[in-house]
Amino acid sequence: MNAKDTPVAALSTAPQCGPNAPPPPDALWRRTARHPLVWPLATLALILAVNASLSPGLWHLQWRDGHLYGSLIDIINRAAPLAIVALGLTLVIATRGIDISVGAVVAISGAVAALMMGDELKIVDGQAVHLSHVPVAVAVLGALAAAGLCGAWNGLLVARAGLQPIIATLIMMLAGRGAAQLLTGGQILSIQYVPYFAIGNGFLIGLPVAALIALAVWGGMTLILERSALGLFIRAIGINPRAARVAGVRSRTITICVYAFCGLCAGIAGVIVSSNVKSADGNNAGLLMELDAILAVTIGGTLLSGGRFTLAGTVIGALIIQTLTSTIYAIGVPPEINLVVKAVVVFVVMLLQSSEFRRQLRALALRPAPGASR
Amino acid sequence: MTAMTLKARGLRIPPVVASVLLLLAMVAFGSIMYTGFFSAQVFLNLLIDNAFLLVVAVGMTFVILTGGIDLSVGSVVALTTMVSAALVEHRHWPPGVVIALVLAGGSLFGALQGWLIHRFRLQAFIVTLAGMFLARGLCYVISIDSISITDPTFTAIAQMRVPLFGGAALSVGSLIALVLFGVALFIAHGTAFGRNVYAVGGSEHSALLMGLPVARTVVGVYAFSGFCAALGGVLFTFYMLSGYGLHATGMELDAIASVVIGGTLLAGGVGLVAGTLCGVLMLGLIQTLITFDGSLSAWWTKIVIGALLLAFCLLQRLTQRGAPGGEPA
Repeated sequence: MNAKDTPVAALSTAPQCGPNAPPPPDALWRRTARHPLVWPLATLALILAVNASLSPGLWHLQWRDGHLYGSLIDIINRAAPLAIVALGLTLVIATRGIDISVGAVVAISGAVAALMMGDELKIVDGQAVHLSHVPVAVAVLGALAAAGLCGAWNGLLVARAGLQPIIATLIMMLAGRGAAQLLTGGQILSIQYVPYFAIGNGFLIGLPVAALIALAVWGGMTLILERSALGLFIRAIGINPRAARVAGVRSRTITICVYAFCGLCAGIAGVIVSSNVKSADGNNAGLLMELDAILAVTIGGTLLSGGRFTLAGTVIGALIIQTLTSTIYAIGVPPEINLVVKAVVVFVVMLLQSSEFRRQLRALALRPAPGASR
Repeated sequence: MTAMTLKARGLRIPPVVASVLLLLAMVAFGSIMYTGFFSAQVFLNLLIDNAFLLVVAVGMTFVILTGGIDLSVGSVVALTTMVSAALVEHRHWPPGVVIALVLAGGSLFGALQGWLIHRFRLQAFIVTLAGMFLARGLCYVISIDSISITDPTFTAIAQMRVPLFGGAALSVGSLIALVLFGVALFIAHGTAFGRNVYAVGGSEHSALLMGLPVARTVVGVYAFSGFCAALGGVLFTFYMLSGYGLHATGMELDAIASVVIGGTLLAGGVGLVAGTLCGVLMLGLIQTLITFDGSLSAWWTKIVIGALLLAFCLLQRLTQRGAPGGEPA
């Protein structure tokens, strides 16, 4: 997704170039370096390189039991729920909003799916078989509907009641977590119904189902946002909500839909997570996931101030976070250090996104020798 | 204070009045429904059990008054308990030095965040989110296990009770919290800094044009919030007598909720420090009521707090409706 293709995004990037930029001696290189996806990709490559130097088996892929097997596949599989949540969040952030309730919605969705299926043990042909109250599809649809409703509620509070997005979703984060704990009785509900496990652990045409779902979400969103004016509308809302509405964009409806879609994405992730660990945990499922998701969105190059977003960047951001986590495990330092590393990454990324900071850096770089390479 | 500002503030007071009325209604409800609820010690326990939350929320009030937000406070509380426990227990530093050190460290941490926010025009939300990661991560760098404190000074302060009328007593921590609350009231309504905070929250641009020290105010507010978080951490250390990286998870949300329920507008510029006390007491009261009831599970606490938060935000929007600048997202 090239942000420069759309006039609105071009407007938003224009001031950063600056009128006093010197004429480019090597325009191609500059254009490449300025492409929004270059930095996330470079970061991902760097982390992968570090990881590969520490654990030589990283690139090793093999075909086993009818599917691909290896560290890379593992990273992609684990990054899938985060990528889906972050994709939904990208749109919310693009409208200049934020959704910090996604973690709670992940927990709610898992709990709803587990409760709908229930746990029924039956003896069939002399064997103990776990049965479900409802077909898997119904349970999944129920979970997604609950999650979508949570998101739509957030959207209503933001677009209709006019609450600040962080507060509207803070309410959902608090009450939603409480509701998830209430649903599960504060315990870990174990899921026994075997067909449900395919979502989080299964493989299709040799690839993990979770990763395929993430791919489908990404592809579907790209198609809809690029092939219709919706992407443009969302950017317009992010740049100036009032101007967008005056220009005839139905900003309230779109905002509500965007939040509902973000909830839906969190619901999909919740189903994948609960299927992967074969249980629904009201207390800990999706805990702090909102932070990882925001991090993935920012690293990917979406502006937190709204108006510019990149779906591919978000997917790369989610991959970066998962690779970072597995690299930290590979180095052998305690996994708790992960938080410090993430904090440093957030600080660096947000400083690089700040035009003030870049201006200062440029001034510092230019001061000793004007015209020197920079 | 001129009559005009009083009048302007008087128009916006309804949320605070609503909080006080609701608090009184909840007390009345509890007293009628449950025997033994209406006693001095139950109410003093509210202060004792929420002393750290009061301190943290008071710091948060100033940040929100300038139109910002500080998500790092819960983690700073945890980091403070961790640093105090590690230095006192493992290094055997004198408690006085340790407390002074963590208070200075907390202020510095807050000031740094304020500087980043103001100097580079970053969003307060994302800067303090990173600060939250950093402080929580540093806890685990010190130790991933809980460190219990056996230092005689700490345990003595933790167990000390100051007797009041009729056999009721307050802890040292709650007294410190009340003193800080008094100081904060003075800062907000009796100093130039306090007026600058309201001015920056009302409109940062206008404050700048008026020649007010906006940069100093913003950095100062975050430094104060960091200081309050560290002090809250010290009180939390007294309360728990241990340092642990998982202490105070989600406290930033409780603090924000108390500030909002206390009637402070999230857009900045309008609100009272006294309202925050009301908000903290209300959060404590919800927990006490649910404990007294016994039939409701603890999970209801979160749902009730969420519902209250929603009610107050909607109330704020209603009182704000006529005012210009309410930007529909």
